Amino acid sequence: MKYELQPTLPPPANMIGVIGWLRKNLFNGPVNSIATIVVGYFLISFLVPTIQWIFIDADWVGDSRDACTSGGACWVFIANRLDQFLYGFYPEAEHWRVQIAFIILIGSIIWLVLPKTPKKGIVAALLLVAYPVVAFILLYGNSFGLPQVETHLWGGLTLTLVLAVVGIVASLPLGIVLALGRQSEMPIVRSVCVTFIEIWRGVPLITVLFMASVMLPLFFPEGMSFDKLLRALIGITLFQSAYMAEVIRGGLQAIPKGQYEAADALGLGYWQKMILIIMPQALKLMIPGIVNTFIALFKDTSLVLIIGLFDVLAIGQAANQDPKWIGYSTESYLFVALLFWVFCFSMSRYSQHLEKALNTGHGNRA
Amino acid sequence: MSHSQATDKMMVELRNLNKWYGEFHVLKNINLEVKQGEKIVICGPSGSGKSTMIRCINHLEEHQKGDIIVNDIPLNEDIKNIEAIRKEVGMVFQHFNLFPHLTVLENCVLAPIWVKKMPRKEAEAQAMELLERVKIPDQALKYPGQLSGGQQQRVAIARSLCMNPDVMLFDEPTSALDPEMIKEVLDVMIELATEGMTMLCVTHEMGFAKTVADRVIFMDGGQIVEENEPHEFFNNPQHERTQLFLSQILQH
Amino acid sequence: MSSDMSSSGHKPDGSAKEKAPPVSQPKFWNDPKKRSLLFQVLLLSVLGFVFYTIIDNTLTNLEQRGITTGFDFLTREAGFGIAMSLIDYTEASSYGMTFIVGLLNTILIAVMGIIAATILGFILGVARLSDNWLVAKFSALYIEIFRNIPLLLQIFFWYYAVLRTLPQPRQSIEFLGSFINNRGFIFPAPVPEEGFGLVTVGFFAAIAASWLIARWAKKRQELTGQQFPVALTTIGLVIGVPLVLFLFSGMPLGLDHPELKGFNFKGGITVIPELIALWLALSIYTAAFIAETVRAGILAVSHGQTEAATALGMSKAKTLRLIVIPQALRVVIPPLTSQYLNLTKNSSLATAIGYPDLVNVFAGTTLNQTGQAIEVISMTMAVYLALSLMTSFFMNWYNARIQLSER
Repeated sequence: MKYELQPTLPPPANMIGVIGWLRKNLFNGPVNSIATIVVGYFLISFLVPTIQWIFIDADWVGDSRDACTSGGACWVFIANRLDQFLYGFYPEAEHWRVQIAFIILIGSIIWLVLPKTPKKGIVAALLLVAYPVVAFILLYGNSFGLPQVETHLWGGLTLTLVLAVVGIVASLPLGIVLALGRQSEMPIVRSVCVTFIEIWRGVPLITVLFMASVMLPLFFPEGMSFDKLLRALIGITLFQSAYMAEVIRGGLQAIPKGQYEAADALGLGYWQKMILIIMPQALKLMIPGIVNTFIALFKDTSLVLIIGLFDVLAIGQAANQDPKWIGYSTESYLFVALLFWVFCFSMSRYSQHLEKALNTGHGNRA
Repeated sequence: MSHSQATDKMMVELRNLNKWYGEFHVLKNINLEVKQGEKIVICGPSGSGKSTMIRCINHLEEHQKGDIIVNDIPLNEDIKNIEAIRKEVGMVFQHFNLFPHLTVLENCVLAPIWVKKMPRKEAEAQAMELLERVKIPDQALKYPGQLSGGQQQRVAIARSLCMNPDVMLFDEPTSALDPEMIKEVLDVMIELATEGMTMLCVTHEMGFAKTVADRVIFMDGGQIVEENEPHEFFNNPQHERTQLFLSQILQH
Repeated sequence: MSSDMSSSGHKPDGSAKEKAPPVSQPKFWNDPKKRSLLFQVLLLSVLGFVFYTIIDNTLTNLEQRGITTGFDFLTREAGFGIAMSLIDYTEASSYGMTFIVGLLNTILIAVMGIIAATILGFILGVARLSDNWLVAKFSALYIEIFRNIPLLLQIFFWYYAVLRTLPQPRQSIEFLGSFINNRGFIFPAPVPEEGFGLVTVGFFAAIAASWLIARWAKKRQELTGQQFPVALTTIGLVIGVPLVLFLFSGMPLGLDHPELKGFNFKGGITVIPELIALWLALSIYTAAFIAETVRAGILAVSHGQTEAATALGMSKAKTLRLIVIPQALRVVIPPLTSQYLNLTKNSSLATAIGYPDLVNVFAGTTLNQTGQAIEVISMTMAVYLALSLMTSFFMNWYNARIQLSER
């Protein structure tokens, strides 16, 4: 018996091309076809008018509400208040200071995110240690010939970023200490850390902010008064450090026991072992988790409007109350939503990408 | 065939060593003396306490009763003593435990620089020399993840040797390796043995035991059951449990 | 060849009593046990000092402001009204009652939110994995949009941009005897009349009967292998029995229709717009997270499990019910529980739009009126803390149970 060599044939026509794709992905059986039609109808009947309202019928230029006549979205409103959305009540002549601080931040983050840039460690260290100082001098002034800008003038996206960045940077060291404490063999140290972590994780941020704004002044001797922003930052940092500690603990637990043993066997002390061996490996594993808590914190910063700080959402809220522009709240909510969304979505994509790289790449053997 | 290089100097001494995991008595009254230059092979079924025993020697495991003395230093509560002992005792693990975030060279110079406070130049020169000895100097700038298991284990040996230890502990160094890589690791260990290193090896490589061991120790149920020089041990095992064990591992 | 080791054939229990070990007493700072003891004592004293200073300062500060500490204020008359209460509450009620009213309102919104978010989240999570390209993409779009926008913004949007722009009560949108306007959603209240008790009895009887049938069916299947459509029977009984009773007893249920009197509605049940906005936002936001949880749970059941079940000849529905869902639930339940907890904690954002939840009523108005910051904030935090502790106890218990049954 002899077999003929079989030719390679193209697949049947209904498996390929547009028709094949539609069959396979949209009209594969009656249930699927109905689902496609229902969802499709809903999307078209919702998206088409929405897009029309946002883009096609919208008014983009002008300087008062009289420019908004076409019945679409009134982006004139946003354009007129853009400075406030970005800088709050920061004096216009000093906006460049915010811009420089922002450019340094974004620049170093891009440096860190790009795959093949050298000296990432140094940049990261500078960003965590030196940048907060530089940014504070830039934003607050009162030194190096920069005029002072009181914190109650800070607002908008600037304030949102200040809250989120300070919250994450300040909570990192505290979180590391708490995480190490939680793993400690000393029972008192461990229970102090566990109690601290569980209390902050158990209560909503809003009660923490209330506590920071109402109770904190009571804790200190008479005459010691705190800036409202500083009080919010203290509350956010304490709250965030508990979440950070749990992320760090997760990272530490993912390091195989053999790494601890090898370091011990070589005679490294506790801190040498942690700083040289465990932390560098664990930090890499923690980055996705840290980015995720950062996203959560970034969204949560909007809560400060409840204690009277003017973050970007509060600016939008205030703009909506302006009698000259009544009735355009949808536009301002959409704009603020877009700002938040762009930041959060790109960060979550980045963290997903990292997680994938950690899972598939040559991660931790040993 | 090896020649005993043992001197009269006592290197490792275990006296009435006892250890419990909770209720479980893992090490029962272990007594063992190892002289400088002696090579000891420890074997036994899994769970017999052999790994636990050698891990007690550099305090990776804490013992509850008895004494451990390494090179005249007693292993007790004193942190300084534990540190001193760890400086003199090198250890090679079953799963290599190389530091994956450091290159091979960095793995080797880490402890000399941070524990022995050696200048980096000197530490690197010494590390390269040792990598040469384990025959992988060309891999010095690679990361452990890029090496084969056998190469990783040889790096791990070099890393321990960089501390100039007086004693080397081997905890099943070949049992996580693919068969074709076992020989390259054993060759390095044999070479080390001929140079006069004091060695305690937990291993089932009986060929290795016959070649280099001064004594073979058989452990079962947390105690030393039998101890003899290799020829006698393999050809004339005294204890019934030893006979059973040997028949099981030598069958194939 | 080898060294002259004398003792061949060690005696297992041979204990050699030898010279005393050369134990030198370590300096106490080199003894790890004493070292850690010292460190812990130090930590405790620092903490003690910090707390002492805080308490001392607080007491001094409160004294200067003329505020007496303690929980006596809870019995004093509150003197303010609350927009929505599940129990009888008037301005003459005590501050303690404001705590209860707020707590009940928090529980109400949490339960409503959890139910809606679970349903929506499960649908979206399954849809995300659908073969249907459009359905899967739609679900992905929903998830990516709503979980990346702050919840507070979403609450504001529903409240200020949607619900508050609805017409005045006089121009209410009307349908089926219900009204929607900027004061909320007003619908007829059901008023049970004589004979309705029978329907209620029938309902509970049907539930009991279904339970008995399920037990019987299980037993019969174990003995004989015959199967019984339990799910269909249960649905039929629980809906059918009360319905039949209701119709036969002459539909004993009246309706209290809302009527426009002056500027507002009288009668019926009013759901205030704050509750609707909060409910919509919480459900929509949390559903996005639940959907991701559900998706991860389903993906965690390996493809091999489905293939093995198919190879054993199970139908697609049986595979889902007996193989995939039980395994997926194990993965889903812990993160799902923490989403429920998040939702409950997030419900405190109510205060931003004035829904009278615990934080708004108690940590807001009551605190402002009494100035008892310490007591009020501690009580509020304690409520949330108790909730989250209960949740984590449940989770530990659940995980322990799962681990046990996986052995």
